[in-house]
Amino acid sequence: MPDVTLTINGQAVTAAPGTLIIEAARRHGIEIPAFCYYEGYSLQAACRMCLVEIEKNPKLQPGCTMPVAEGMVVLTESPKVVETRKAMLEFLLSNHPLDCPVCDKGGECELQDMSFRYGAGESRFTELKVHGEEQQWSPVVYYDPARCILCYRCVRVCDEGLGVTALGTQNRGVISEIIPNAGDHLVCDECGMCIDICPVGALTSGTYRYKSRPWEMNHVGTICAHCSDGCKTTLAVRDGEILRGNNRDRSGINGEFLCIKGRYAFDFVRHPERLQSPLLRVNGELQPVSWSEALSAAAAKFNEVKARGGRFGVIGATRTTNEENYFLQKFARQGLGTANIDHRRSGDVVTLLDALSGRANALATVEDLYTAKAALVIGSDLAQQHPLFAFQLRANWRHHQLTAYVVTPGPVREDLYAARAIRSEAGKELEAAASLRDDLAKSQDLVILFGDAIKGDAVRRLVEFGDSLGIPVKYLCLVDYANSRGAMDMGLLPDLGPGYQPTQTRGLNWREMLADPALDVLWVVGEDPLEETALASANAFVVVQDLFLTETAKRADVVFPSASAYEKTGTVTNSAGQVQRLKQAAKVMGVKPDLDIMGLLAKEMGLNLGIWIPDKVFEEIRRTVRGYNVALPVIATGGAAQTGAADGRIPVTVPPELIRSAGDTLFTSGTLGRYSGMLRSVMEAPGTLYKP
Amino acid sequence: MTFSPELEARFARMLRNYPPGRQKGALIPMLLYAQDETGAVTPELVQEVANRLSVKPVEVEEVIGFYSMLRRKPMGKYHVQVCTNISCLLTGGEELFEHACRKLGIGNREVTPDGQFSLEEVECMGACSWAPAVEVNYDFHHKMTPEKFDQLIDSLAKRQ
Ligand code: SF4
Ligand code: SF4
Ligand code: SF4
Ligand code: FES
Repeated sequence: MPDVTLTINGQAVTAAPGTLIIEAARRHGIEIPAFCYYEGYSLQAACRMCLVEIEKNPKLQPGCTMPVAEGMVVLTESPKVVETRKAMLEFLLSNHPLDCPVCDKGGECELQDMSFRYGAGESRFTELKVHGEEQQWSPVVYYDPARCILCYRCVRVCDEGLGVTALGTQNRGVISEIIPNAGDHLVCDECGMCIDICPVGALTSGTYRYKSRPWEMNHVGTICAHCSDGCKTTLAVRDGEILRGNNRDRSGINGEFLCIKGRYAFDFVRHPERLQSPLLRVNGELQPVSWSEALSAAAAKFNEVKARGGRFGVIGATRTTNEENYFLQKFARQGLGTANIDHRRSGDVVTLLDALSGRANALATVEDLYTAKAALVIGSDLAQQHPLFAFQLRANWRHHQLTAYVVTPGPVREDLYAARAIRSEAGKELEAAASLRDDLAKSQDLVILFGDAIKGDAVRRLVEFGDSLGIPVKYLCLVDYANSRGAMDMGLLPDLGPGYQPTQTRGLNWREMLADPALDVLWVVGEDPLEETALASANAFVVVQDLFLTETAKRADVVFPSASAYEKTGTVTNSAGQVQRLKQAAKVMGVKPDLDIMGLLAKEMGLNLGIWIPDKVFEEIRRTVRGYNVALPVIATGGAAQTGAADGRIPVTVPPELIRSAGDTLFTSGTLGRYSGMLRSVMEAPGTLYKP
Repeated sequence: MTFSPELEARFARMLRNYPPGRQKGALIPMLLYAQDETGAVTPELVQEVANRLSVKPVEVEEVIGFYSMLRRKPMGKYHVQVCTNISCLLTGGEELFEHACRKLGIGNREVTPDGQFSLEEVECMGACSWAPAVEVNYDFHHKMTPEKFDQLIDSLAKRQ
């Protein structure tokens, strides 16, 4: 159908048929105020703030539900409209407490803004205000019924957006209020979506309430430190301390979505057990020492072992930046002359890239999850393990009728809307998926997401299966943490260097390092391998860089306190291979970014590994690492750029059993999660999840 | 939860009244008729209805909170509802309600100690032409006066 033309406030406007007046106006820079309307969610028409005057129409009409029509003449700020809005505000304020000076929302409250705009500062109501007491529903969510304007945004975001349906409305008229699903408390995802979407201060968070005012803080957009979905979280910082996380500006691949981890689990930054000084083992005890002492002790030992041709083992992390991982492998390979470098692998990206080598457009992005016609999820409980991906698929289903298929061992939230959900035992996923062949082949295109259930040869068979469908198929290999993907891409692998270039010699993998009785030095950056496996070499000199005194750090000879993802700059790569930039939000005394620690260590050893400034290292990565020649302006401006596909075979030598997801849930996040008070305090933690 | 065979049959009929996938439309009548049998909407009933209609318990709670005819506590054997909405108000509904309070010795949404009577001030019942109107359980009593009200209550009391 052709576009319709109408006039809004005298301005000629064209819009597709069916567009709502409020949207058509917005796209032409005309803002129609709205409390209940929220794009992406069902229409409510509850608040009447959006009433507009339409010529030849005797009554004002809600702009949030009225679609545009040819020749329509709309006035959004006529005297009649303004008068009505003022009256609507007077109604909304009839029971609203005037506690803006202490309300968390003060300064960014939509009701406050509208009251200012329409000057509805006075009320003719003399009745006593109906008051409800503030309620705590969970460690995360607090509700103040008096402030609630009953726009139902919270109810809809929880029900439609997340599929949790934890909120409802009780009673009617002036005593109407929002209720949680478990009587007096919530059992839910604790994501805080409802809090952030609330136009007023009726829902507040346990993390931020009564702590600050929005204008007192700096807002730093960075990437979530937890899972591998790569959400952008905007951290609000005051005096170097993070006070809250959200993404109200919808920048980033996640729009406004964040799970509990991205929104609230930044509190590990100020955990009392944070290491803030280097430690050196003196007379059998770890003691705080100066940076120079610790650096020279580690450098001396490294040089000594290197000189006598001793054996090194280097283990990198899945949360450190690409720059750090790249520098670490360079340090190991060029500086120490060892091939023994590895990290904990959680998904078989390597085999996937090899199987897809030479093909463009076969790797899915987060955006693809929202636009694909069909999706097949294999072996992952997305709502638990990849909350953003679950949210994207669900949004796709809501907005574009995605046809979803699920092959998992147990019930998952996608069952709620999946066209078919198959339960399959471990190892049988591919056969189960094959039974969907006819259905899948009917779709125009398909995205396949798979977890660690599909690895090694199974990945190749999956790609063969995808090819046999005769439709365009994109793949997404799910991995665990914020930079699990980047750690692989940067060559923290015993047999593959950066960009999966095969190395001359194959080094020891991390299991072999730990089991090697002749290991002289174990250098661990941001991992805790000794938590589950003992170190065979009793005399190994252990150097650890970490935020906390982990099991591995306890065994160390030198421990360097490192900065977390929220305290440094650099880039990380999500499960979908999308590179994004970290920005420093918090400041913590006494710590250094891992890149600085490695740079200083190299300098102390007298090595020349190049300059260790994140931007410079990233330049080198862009030049030398296959697939990483991504558009710099995109990344520099806070966007996400997907790495290119590998254009050439990758010799895969990894034993598949080394690939294992840590199985984190919505309320855990490996070692880091243990140091988040918020993650530990929610009732649902750890590991249980509210399921339909 | 188990219901009488008659009620189960009624539920089965009700569910067939809605197009496939829209069974949650039966939520209100299901609660109402179940309440007649169980006396009140108990937490078990909420769960049961939620399960049968594949909705979340919180969605059932929303409906109970909205409709005053759904109650969480049992009412009397005779639930006396007096309308005080416009037509009834103009014809003495409010005085009638006050009279009812005195006669029964209870207030709005209260139950007599013997459990025989309960009283509720209700909104329009659609009986404006015969205002003021009173409804006892599902039976209407029209053009009510305090005298007729007393007779009605006394006859019901005798019936026990
Ligand atoms: S925190 Fe998230 S899951 Fe819980 S009620 Fe709010 S929106 Fe729903
Ligand atoms: S709590 Fe907030 S979002 Fe929810 S209905 Fe009330 S005002 Fe709207
Ligand atoms: S989905 Fe993953 S990346 Fe996004 S906020 Fe949650 S933990 Fe962080
Ligand atoms: S925004 Fe249109 S009625 Fe609320």
